[in-house]
Amino acid sequence: MKFTISWLKEHLETKYKDIQIIDKLTGVGLEVESFENISSDLDNFKVAKIINAEQHPNADRLKVCDVDIGQKNIVKVVCGAPNAKKDLLTIYAGPGSIIPKNNMKLTVSKIRGVTSYGMLCSESELKLSDESEGITELKSSKYSDKIGKNFFKNFTEKVVDLSVTPNRPDCLGVRGIARDLAAAGAGKLKSISHKNIKKDGSQNIKVSISKDKNQGCTIFGSCLIKGVTNKESPKWLKEKIEALGQKPISAIVDITNYVMLDLNRPLHAYDADKIDKEIIVRNSKKGETFEALDNKKYKLDDGMCVISDKSGVLGLGGVIGGTRSGTELKTKNILLESAFFIPRSIRKTSKLLNIDTDAKFRFERGIDPQSVETGLLKASQLISEICGGKISKFDIQKIKQYKNSEIKFNISLFEKITGFKIKDNEIIKILNDLGFKVSKKKLELNLRVPSWRPDISQPIDIVEEIVRIKGYDNIHTIEPKKNRLKDTLNKQQKLFHFLQRSVASKGYFETVTWSFTDSKINNFFKENLKEIKIVNPISSDLDVLRNSIFSNLAFYLKKNLDRGFKDISLFEIGPIFKNNQPGEQLTVIGAIKSGKISRLNWNEEERSVDIFDVKKDLIQTLMEAGYDKQSFFIRDKSPTYYHPGKSGSVYLDKDDIDPVAYFGELHPNILKKLDIKTEEVVGFEIYLDYLKDNKIKLKDQKSNFEYSDYQKSERDFAFIVDKNYKAQDLIEIISSIDKNLIRSIKIFDIYEGENIPDGKKSIALNVIIQSSEKTLDENDLEKINKLIISTVETKSGAKIRS
Amino acid sequence: MSDIKKIKDEYLKKLNSDLNIENVNKIKTELFGKNGQISDSFKKLGLLPNEERKKFASDLNSIKEELQEKINNKLQEIEIREINSKLENEKVDVTLPEREINQGKIHPVSQVIDEISSIFSEIGFSVEEGPDVENEHYNFTALNTPDNHPARDMHDTFYLDNNKQILLRTHTSPVQVRTMLNGKPPFKIIAPGRTYRSDSDQTHSPMFHQVEGLHIDKDINMGHLKGCLNYFIKSFFEIDKIKMRFRPSHFPFTEPSAEVDIGYELKDGKIVIGEGDKWLEILGCGMVHPNVLKNVNVNPDKYQGYAFGIGIDRLGMLKYGINDLRAFFETDYRWLNHFGFDPLDVPSNYRGLSR
Repeated sequence: MKFTISWLKEHLETKYKDIQIIDKLTGVGLEVESFENISSDLDNFKVAKIINAEQHPNADRLKVCDVDIGQKNIVKVVCGAPNAKKDLLTIYAGPGSIIPKNNMKLTVSKIRGVTSYGMLCSESELKLSDESEGITELKSSKYSDKIGKNFFKNFTEKVVDLSVTPNRPDCLGVRGIARDLAAAGAGKLKSISHKNIKKDGSQNIKVSISKDKNQGCTIFGSCLIKGVTNKESPKWLKEKIEALGQKPISAIVDITNYVMLDLNRPLHAYDADKIDKEIIVRNSKKGETFEALDNKKYKLDDGMCVISDKSGVLGLGGVIGGTRSGTELKTKNILLESAFFIPRSIRKTSKLLNIDTDAKFRFERGIDPQSVETGLLKASQLISEICGGKISKFDIQKIKQYKNSEIKFNISLFEKITGFKIKDNEIIKILNDLGFKVSKKKLELNLRVPSWRPDISQPIDIVEEIVRIKGYDNIHTIEPKKNRLKDTLNKQQKLFHFLQRSVASKGYFETVTWSFTDSKINNFFKENLKEIKIVNPISSDLDVLRNSIFSNLAFYLKKNLDRGFKDISLFEIGPIFKNNQPGEQLTVIGAIKSGKISRLNWNEEERSVDIFDVKKDLIQTLMEAGYDKQSFFIRDKSPTYYHPGKSGSVYLDKDDIDPVAYFGELHPNILKKLDIKTEEVVGFEIYLDYLKDNKIKLKDQKSNFEYSDYQKSERDFAFIVDKNYKAQDLIEIISSIDKNLIRSIKIFDIYEGENIPDGKKSIALNVIIQSSEKTLDENDLEKINKLIISTVETKSGAKIRS
Repeated sequence: MSDIKKIKDEYLKKLNSDLNIENVNKIKTELFGKNGQISDSFKKLGLLPNEERKKFASDLNSIKEELQEKINNKLQEIEIREINSKLENEKVDVTLPEREINQGKIHPVSQVIDEISSIFSEIGFSVEEGPDVENEHYNFTALNTPDNHPARDMHDTFYLDNNKQILLRTHTSPVQVRTMLNGKPPFKIIAPGRTYRSDSDQTHSPMFHQVEGLHIDKDINMGHLKGCLNYFIKSFFEIDKIKMRFRPSHFPFTEPSAEVDIGYELKDGKIVIGEGDKWLEILGCGMVHPNVLKNVNVNPDKYQGYAFGIGIDRLGMLKYGINDLRAFFETDYRWLNHFGFDPLDVPSNYRGLSR
């Protein structure tokens, strides 16, 4: 919402300086987005004449113009507008000017080899209109003697731009803003004085509001003004309209806009002679069409509120008028409409048709239903003053009586909510100034809410009114108490936090990527999960929710490889989605590693990353998080996006149904399709939701510390097993032989080849044997030795390698 | 006696000269070998008369000990000298690089979330979470934002179905609703997380992070809200003097509502938070609307309190001087390395928020 300080002062008697007004506006909740003196910037824009326009030597679409900028100054300007031609009067902006549209500062610059001194401006660049095709064309009749003069005149005014929150339609008019300021002590709200206007005759176009279901219009006020001469607006009016960045059109249109900006009372003027007999406000029928003032044809659905006549739709009530009944300069008789439309109906219609207009914006937020007559009065008076004509009596059709809402307000609520007290009298004064009718009954106020405040419906709204007008500065600061009733993080959150930092500590960079991804990449990783489409994606390559974290990690891995990085370790912890209902998501860590270990290292041999690098990172992370490695179980099952032979899954326990993690090489086919070129890509995923909660607190987990001082012995074994035989099984067999004696088992060699039969391999292990009761003698050791060999041979079919 | 004294003097002299291990061993043999001079002298012991024997034996023993000690010392001395000269040859170039370092990094968003959690932890808030996919009711309607409310236009929503019933949450406020529906007052929670709006330009990204705050009890008023945020902002920015401004605003789910600005100035093109004369909006807040409390079965006549919502990414940008929001989510290895945090740098009450 834009307005000038002088316009504000038409409604507000104030001694405040501009800057105080600005502070006060922000203080009462009308946020000032900008406060600009337009004159300083706009002095640079001059009326100018193109005296010659030639083709640019190096560019087909550009012209080199000689421009007369007054006082016998001719400058060269390069211009791309198709309408730039000899003798055109237009607007010139010199070097140093700031273009209002994009705040770009002009400099002398070479454009395709020709130096251009400034620029010729389009209306859109000057925010005069949306017209961006070509430069502004000024009428020679009016501007031929003004070459070199400032185009913008008398704008010594400052324009305030407010960001008005959706609950405050009343502040979409200057008067509403003035009222808030007055209530907050910035001055006095001037009363509106209407001259008595002479009303001649009745409004003889019949108006009816049909009693349709969900009728969107409840009041339709109108008057006829006969015998007007529509013309260009007078200077004062044009300047007002222009100051707010709008383009003056004709007196009648400008007046309706002016009343709208002044009182937030949208009006519509029809050319009365184009109305076929009568006005019927009704619901549209499916398939009806009309051409709106934005020059677009609209096809209507059922139940939209339309203003129609005998021949059909004239306009969409409160949204947009139609071309058929629009006023023109030659219009003689006007029907002026001032109506009330229900916000919900406006919103529905405009959403369906995707129309956004000033009127729609206002009606959707709620227009004062009691301003119907005021609007007619102010506008008809101005029209008859400027354009002449006879004003008819006002015709007000209503299908519903408006009643001000009433609120009982217990004064103590104010202190209860805000924490501070103000005097009852002050409360009453604030509310009175805001337009409430107040009567006091002991500790309770009976309030009649002003009709322009549709946002106020209950006592809490009254608290807000009082506190914002009184000022938020008055709220005390109560220091927070430092006591805690509950743990900050629950177990799952602690786990999240721990795993996140644990993975990072192993050399991975944490990243955060979108929760959505490209369906084409997602397909490689989604397995049997459902694809979850976003109905309105931001772009076609972010069209689905991710079913796996790997899709984005793989995508960004490639980006970083393309940037020239080779050895990359990335991880993300975040949601993946199983389905499209709330809660059908899992929290997952995905980590990915590419390239080599010790690349170009002077003292270590480099090698490609492999599955056992990520397996280490994964297992260590799980161990650090408090899970017992001794009970982990590894299977060679994994999702299809892993290398089928070089990947596996981790179970916290052999009997668990769900794996808690996967690890392995990424499937080479996928890497190929994603055009990822590097030595190797490995990765792992941890599913936090499947990690069992360790119910026992750490303090209770620590068992008695027992150790053995008796000598320990080491024995090495080598078993020849089938090539596919799993080392994990061998270890399990040995460790279960005698848990008291066998302290650790370590595989130190895997060998295939010479001396080993085809299809077999040799696994060499080192076993540490120690008793907690005595030092084992040769005899004892020999016994356990034999037991190990015989048990392994029986249970696994292995042969001890002699 | 004079014989053995002579031997002693002679060998002590020898042992004081510059010797190697072989020389010393030779001396050892000459003295203590089978036919060594000391051994020989012991053999003479039996030939001596009783009265002399005792004295001779004692002298001989002390000479023997003295020489032995001398030899041992000499051997040690030579050994140390030899080790030292060997070490001299083993010198490496210590300026050569160490073995490969793999330092990982924590993303600034995660770090800032942990900082925020740590601050609110100290004043008794606990952390709640909610799903990223929400239904229309939890995201809007329960939060006093019915479908016909223009405030919905402020949120450009991603939908997952054509009926616009299932969506990606546009703010973390639905966690308020879920928390209150699932529990009994009092409530004192923060809810950090991902949020989504179909908006993408230099300053907006389709996904960003918010932290929601909610404190509901019998007597929580706007003074508590002000105090809580004041405490948070000072702690977070680790600045004692920081200007803060509460100004009225509007959110459908709070009433009265406020936006909070903090003071800043521009120094060499960088934003410096503190006491500058410019204002920067950093969060929205207010007293939870009675309609919201009713929607979650909390009696607004008995309970009241405040809620707030803060943009996490933006806080991080301000604190750590990050200019571009989009870069947060672009996984540029250089950026992650530059703005990332060491995983051991865990924000905490006792160690402080940041180094």
